[in-house]
Amino acid sequence: MSKELTEAVIELREQDALQITDRLLAGGTDPLTIVSSCKDAMEVIGQRFACGEAFIPELIMAGEIMKGITAKVKPHLAAQAASDKLGTVIVCTVQGDIHDIGKDIVASMLDIAGFEVVDLGVDVPVTTVVDKVREVHPAVVGLSGLLTVAFETMKSTVAAIDKAGLHQGLKIMVGGAPVNEDVCAFAGADGWAKDAVGAVDLAKTWVGGA
Amino acid sequence: MFTEDWNELTADQRLETRLDAWQNLPIEFASPEVATAYRDRVQLWRDAVALKKPARVPIAPWIGLFPMRYSGFTGHDAYYDYAKLGQAWDKFHADFRPDGLAMTIAMVPGKVLDILDYKLYDWPGHGVGNDASYQYNEREWMKEDEYDLLINDPSNYWQRYYVPRMFGAAEPWQMLPPFTDLCEAPFTAPFFVPFSLAPVKQMLQKMMDAGDAAMEWLQAFMAIDGKQMATLGIPQMAGSATKAPYDILGDTMRGTRGLMLDKFRRPEKVKAAMERLVPLAVDWALRSADATGNPIVFIPIHKGADGFMSDADYRELYWPTFKAVLLGLIEQGLVPMVFAEGGYNERLEVIADSDIPKGRMIWMFDDTDMARAKQIVGARQAIGGNVPGSLLAMGTPERVDAYVKDLLSKTAVDGGFFLGTGIVLDEADPACFKAFCDAGRTYGAAV
Repeated sequence: MSKELTEAVIELREQDALQITDRLLAGGTDPLTIVSSCKDAMEVIGQRFACGEAFIPELIMAGEIMKGITAKVKPHLAAQAASDKLGTVIVCTVQGDIHDIGKDIVASMLDIAGFEVVDLGVDVPVTTVVDKVREVHPAVVGLSGLLTVAFETMKSTVAAIDKAGLHQGLKIMVGGAPVNEDVCAFAGADGWAKDAVGAVDLAKTWVGGA
Repeated sequence: MFTEDWNELTADQRLETRLDAWQNLPIEFASPEVATAYRDRVQLWRDAVALKKPARVPIAPWIGLFPMRYSGFTGHDAYYDYAKLGQAWDKFHADFRPDGLAMTIAMVPGKVLDILDYKLYDWPGHGVGNDASYQYNEREWMKEDEYDLLINDPSNYWQRYYVPRMFGAAEPWQMLPPFTDLCEAPFTAPFFVPFSLAPVKQMLQKMMDAGDAAMEWLQAFMAIDGKQMATLGIPQMAGSATKAPYDILGDTMRGTRGLMLDKFRRPEKVKAAMERLVPLAVDWALRSADATGNPIVFIPIHKGADGFMSDADYRELYWPTFKAVLLGLIEQGLVPMVFAEGGYNERLEVIADSDIPKGRMIWMFDDTDMARAKQIVGARQAIGGNVPGSLLAMGTPERVDAYVKDLLSKTAVDGGFFLGTGIVLDEADPACFKAFCDAGRTYGAAV
């Protein structure tokens, strides 16, 4: 574990974090050590977000630093075995809505938390979600939306997964700024989360990882 | 300049002058009763802004596409068919009679956007479904290394970098030199040389075509709003609009993500750019307000909401230049009506800033604790809003009635309150929306 790297990421010192990574790699540090140092840092940032000490810019900046470090580490890293993952999560912004920031943060936090994330993008048709569920058998599907029009498509997406007989053994969560218990019930989802940390916690609870 | 002696007037005198002008706009009312209804409604606004108790709480919801859906039309109709827009607006206002008109100006003419090949939004039938609302295309329309260009000369930046990206039809504008090149006679001919190029000529033709379409829209829009004012006595909600400098950068220039990263990577540039945008943001509102005669300035704010930044960043990054815009507007006798979308619970102490004169603006909230907002912000400025769009779309009339009753009991007892929605309303159950208006009339007169 590199304490220096963990601290640089926590303090969002981008240039420092990248330089430390270069130095560690050149010095022959195990790439997995670098990855876990970053994971530790992301957990701290996630906790700070959950208790109102860090905010969306800090999450996005941390994600950006992680992206930079991952790009450096990847060539040194053997492909991670699928069995190491907590489970597969499909995320998307539902049809009729093109907001991506919240969905992107959730996707990157899930990835860091150890899930295999399949991000279908924004404005995703109901049939695309159903087809992907059939193909990858995820543990969790996360449907995001910021507009009231998204409530309807969340509902029709859940209904289509039900109708295809794919809901069993699968949990569906909804999220996005206006989403609340009413929206969750309206959509027929299994749960909802107020923010990215909540979404990761919920997914972990569902797969027995927390 | 609103009157000839404008420069000699104090901010208070300017405000009174503008409010009097708004209350006495030269409208040919259908009857003396309608004229009285119009003036009474403006009086509700005046009293509530001044933190007095009006005869009744003004009912001032932000209305988007809901009237179209209520009449069985689509969003596409609103953007392309002024006859249907007019019919929908007639029915909505006749049936619900709010104290401010639905925002006709938000029904952007699709024909103008089509001619110009507008890139920043998708709109009904263009990128999103016929009945969807418009949506921003979040991109870095301004690049991360362009701050100095913006700071050094915003007009030049807009004309030669931002506008050519905003409109496909305006791409050739990049070939044109800045207008500040024009000075002495020998500079004149070189300046005009690019105007002889075919792409520039085609661009200018498209701009003229867009101008014709925009004129057609303006006439339709004025007829629609004019009819509501003349026959129902309902004033327009606002006569102008502007934005907070941080949102100008974050919404449609650098994008939410881009600006959040800039905060870490180039904070001084962000600050300098926002300071440069302050006078522009005041001027946007001022020119429209002078033309419409309505002093209310609509200011939707986005990127400073709870969770979007820390309290320290809000105080240091967001608030100073936004406050400068608010003070600039108030100095001109205008009444900022800020619509704080999302949660604003963490910002209440900051925005209750004692440097902003008391009783001079309106804070409309969305997902914010209204009892606290009343206590903290309501002590200095009028507040309002908060009725959730999800409740109006998916609730029951009984729940809406109970919500409004409770809200007004917490916020409206001593005046200074506007009943409004927490979102610009596209979707609603008509029975729920009726319950919202009815509750406003019932409890809003009794509190």
